[in-house]
Amino acid sequence: MHAETVNRRAQAQAAFAEVAPEPGAPKPDPILVVDDVIRRFGGLTAVDVKHVEIQRGSITALIGPNGAGKTTFFNQLTGFDTADAGTWTFNGRQLNGLPAHKVARQGMVRTFQLTKALSKLTVLENMRLGAQKQRGENFFRALVSSLWQGQEDEITVRAEELLERFKLDKKRDDFAGSLSGGQRKLLEMARALMVGPELVMLDEPMAGVNPALTQSLLGHVKDLREQGMTVLFVEHDMDMVRDISDWVIVMAQGAVIAEGPPDTIMADPRVIDAYLGAHHDAPLTVAEAEQQLHEAEAELEAELVPEVEEKA
Amino acid sequence: MVFTAFMGALLFALASPAFADGETLRGTLQNQGQPVTGVKITVTSGDGQPVGEATSDAEGKWEVPVPAAGSYQVTLDQATLPTGTVLRLKDRATLTVQVFEGNYRNVLFALASGNADGSGAQPDDGSSASSAFWTRVAQLAFEGLSLGLVIALGALGISLIFGTTGLTNFAHGELLTVGAFAALVLNTTLGLHLLVAAPLAVLISAAFGYGQERFFWGPLRNRKTGLVSMMIISIGVAIFLRYLVLFLFGGENVPYEQYVAQDGIQLGPISTTPKGLIAMGVEIVVLIAVGLALTYTRLGKATRAVSDNPALAASSGINVDRIVRIVWAMGAAVAGLAGIMLGTTQILNFQMGQQVLLLMFAGVTLGGLGTAFGALVGALVVGMFVQISTIWIPPELKTVGALAVLIIVLLVRPQGILGRRERIG
Amino acid sequence: MDWELIFSRALSAGIGTEAVIYALAAIGLNIHFGYTGLLNFGQAGFLAVGAYGLATTITTFGLPFWLGVTVGLVGAVLFALLLGIPTLRLRADYLAIVTIAAAEIVRLVVRSVALRGTFGGTDGLDSFSGDFYALNPYSPGSYGFWLIKFDHRTLWVLTVGWILVAAACAVVYLVMKSPWGRVLKAIREDEDAVRSLGKNVFSYKMQALVFGGVVGSLAGFLFALSRAATQPDLFSTELTFFAYTVLILGGAARVAGPVVGAMIFWLLLILVKTGMEEAVNHQVITFITVNQVGSINYMLVGLGLILLLIYRPQGIFGDKREIALDAR
Repeated sequence: MHAETVNRRAQAQAAFAEVAPEPGAPKPDPILVVDDVIRRFGGLTAVDVKHVEIQRGSITALIGPNGAGKTTFFNQLTGFDTADAGTWTFNGRQLNGLPAHKVARQGMVRTFQLTKALSKLTVLENMRLGAQKQRGENFFRALVSSLWQGQEDEITVRAEELLERFKLDKKRDDFAGSLSGGQRKLLEMARALMVGPELVMLDEPMAGVNPALTQSLLGHVKDLREQGMTVLFVEHDMDMVRDISDWVIVMAQGAVIAEGPPDTIMADPRVIDAYLGAHHDAPLTVAEAEQQLHEAEAELEAELVPEVEEKA
Repeated sequence: MVFTAFMGALLFALASPAFADGETLRGTLQNQGQPVTGVKITVTSGDGQPVGEATSDAEGKWEVPVPAAGSYQVTLDQATLPTGTVLRLKDRATLTVQVFEGNYRNVLFALASGNADGSGAQPDDGSSASSAFWTRVAQLAFEGLSLGLVIALGALGISLIFGTTGLTNFAHGELLTVGAFAALVLNTTLGLHLLVAAPLAVLISAAFGYGQERFFWGPLRNRKTGLVSMMIISIGVAIFLRYLVLFLFGGENVPYEQYVAQDGIQLGPISTTPKGLIAMGVEIVVLIAVGLALTYTRLGKATRAVSDNPALAASSGINVDRIVRIVWAMGAAVAGLAGIMLGTTQILNFQMGQQVLLLMFAGVTLGGLGTAFGALVGALVVGMFVQISTIWIPPELKTVGALAVLIIVLLVRPQGILGRRERIG
Repeated sequence: MDWELIFSRALSAGIGTEAVIYALAAIGLNIHFGYTGLLNFGQAGFLAVGAYGLATTITTFGLPFWLGVTVGLVGAVLFALLLGIPTLRLRADYLAIVTIAAAEIVRLVVRSVALRGTFGGTDGLDSFSGDFYALNPYSPGSYGFWLIKFDHRTLWVLTVGWILVAAACAVVYLVMKSPWGRVLKAIREDEDAVRSLGKNVFSYKMQALVFGGVVGSLAGFLFALSRAATQPDLFSTELTFFAYTVLILGGAARVAGPVVGAMIFWLLLILVKTGMEEAVNHQVITFITVNQVGSINYMLVGLGLILLLIYRPQGIFGDKREIALDAR
């Protein structure tokens, strides 16, 4: 198992060996190829991505300062928001214009920054919901339980296996609403796996998670790669990015400004500029990065409430 | 040959773009200012079916409810006129009148003493048969503006309350009703002139709104009551208040003491009444004042900040609870004013607020939920649309047209006319 | 005071035609609101479509009874589609406003003078229930036990009505424990999560709207048939709001909630109404008139709705952990 783990990681990193660390660099075996995606809100261009490829079987991190358009970009790709322009293909099939549920059915499944555990359903029901092509999800077949009960049992077995892996098996009959923040993140990830995805897109999987659970979550993300899935995740936590990602894509002001292996990226002056502003030349520590992020957030908030400022 | 009080018109209808369900034909028979009693009035529908009859009471009043909007024939039985009283125009014992949906229609028979020769007939300004298309458009646009202003006053409060608290208040129509009836009590029970009673009733409305927020909605929000829950609670409040008014005042249309009936005046192609013009003037002044206050005062800016993002506003030191209470007081005050204006110019009964609620919602939604100025624009558009559409569709279906347009607008532009497209994520 | 009369009327109302009609209307709402979280404020419109579909087909066009039933059902499906296409993508409050508007459109259209020839204007339509009562297996007379008495016509309406209620409950029970129902409940919780799991949320919401609307149209049939007439103003927005009261009283997202709610609602309503009328008639209460009893009754409904939502939003049988009321 351990040997294989090393192997998968090595494979993924080997795949990047020949890739130039430049924005829009072509990958040897891309699962997702994005071209010229633009999304505007009024006068603000939230996303303007020229070209990005995601390598199959890798863990790719999407980082960038607050307001860089990472989540908006995620929303475009997964069909949760309509892009003003652009095309993207998944496994060679065009996805732009497809509604969210069809994107998921293609095998590209996402989670959310604010966890969307279905709190008034039990943990097990949450899991079962993720399964695809359920016969009992048709109104008329639903009336006759013998038509779907067999499949439901298979789904339940699969769900329980996953719950065990994510150490949620003891919670199977609890309402999802009673779980802790970290457990909800785990549940959401496990539920996404019920769909049987090829590409798992995690929107800030570590946000709001108790540090004790962070390692466990990291392990699960790495595990996805071991299972042969591709992972694309949005994250702020630099430590996590360095630890688990094979490749890092940096966004700022809606555009991709840098790409490369994690260590190269952390030292890239463009990235430091994007995070810290152009005047900064010191290397970026985690603490500094967080400090800067908070400042950036404060600035953004201030921008959003000119009226409030006037009053004060 | 004596001129009888406001009998100049054979047929005099209040310019009334109302929306009630209780279509009624009514009138007051007077001769030389004295009521004429015991006169039989018969109403038949356009196709000759009997609808009802009435006999004028001690005050000369008669009233015949009709089942629906439409054309009716009203016949005065000349045999029942007291001796010495005659119709000024003997051939006008039967009048054909149009009753619009939700309106009462005043039908006046001109009476005179002795044997009238009919030569003193006044022009029949109730007939619109001869009026040109553009006269009609002008008249309807004017009525639409009048209706739109009332809707705007109500919609403003709905929009601000929604913006600051997220509540879609289905009891907002009842704020109009409560305001109108507060004025009625001051006016008829306490005997204050309407000019005194109205401002006092607006104050009472403001206090009512403030109290509702302070002692009801505010505590509910503090209990973390969900928005859907509060929406349904507001339906409970609406039902309660509506039937409280019915319990206290009965189901009849009731008038204020002053400005009940006025002579019509003609402004170019538009016929209206002085009170209608004054009501519109007051409404415009109030709307402009509120608009300026929202734009330029600190309180107004804070209100808009809360409306934009309550959490952010709270974190930057704005006392959100205080703002919300002021919004409720202000919203209820302008709604109460709208109710009084509606009561003066058109109709005053326990359902009056409920009947404009949907039009207010239409205005708010059209303008974009939560944007105060959008609500104003939306309300005026709805008012104008409702009236002007009667050129092409039967007046009884004018509300249908407005509501249908609302649905179509939502299909094309869900954020409303002035709303912003929401950002996801 | 005639206590026997009071209790006789109250008990009869608890299982009578109004209870059946409101039970069906609320079962439909339960599918919309209780399970799926759709804030349909236009349920009266579905009842109107059912009632007028039936009545118009038979009275105006002289077609057979069963065709009338079919027209009513198809009409409800079409109304749901018409309502759903523009609104199901919108936020909950927009849905509420649009559905209430659509129901009012239906009412204003059927009461219009312009279409009087088809729908009968404010008088409505009658003489369409002959075929229905011809199927009545009960011979003329009075039936009942203890304080409860119904004539043979009412008993026939009630028999059909309670069978429909039982059937609707059975179908709701079956589908809500299936994966189909699971998708609906998940949509109630968070539709984006459901979308991200590959489910066509719009389609499921539409199915729920159609299903609940069809159940509502059954209530419309019974409303029309029980009175042997149908008038537009029966289908005002207050019908919808009372149905919500019924639903919340019994407990939303519970199969039997609407049924129990309807029975208790009508029992209490008529108990209080008849009780007060008797009290006024016998000078036990002197400060109000009989005419005011009705308004007090409705005030109590409003007050009851408020208090229920504040203090017991799960109703009598609901599970507080499983209702949509804290949704935003």
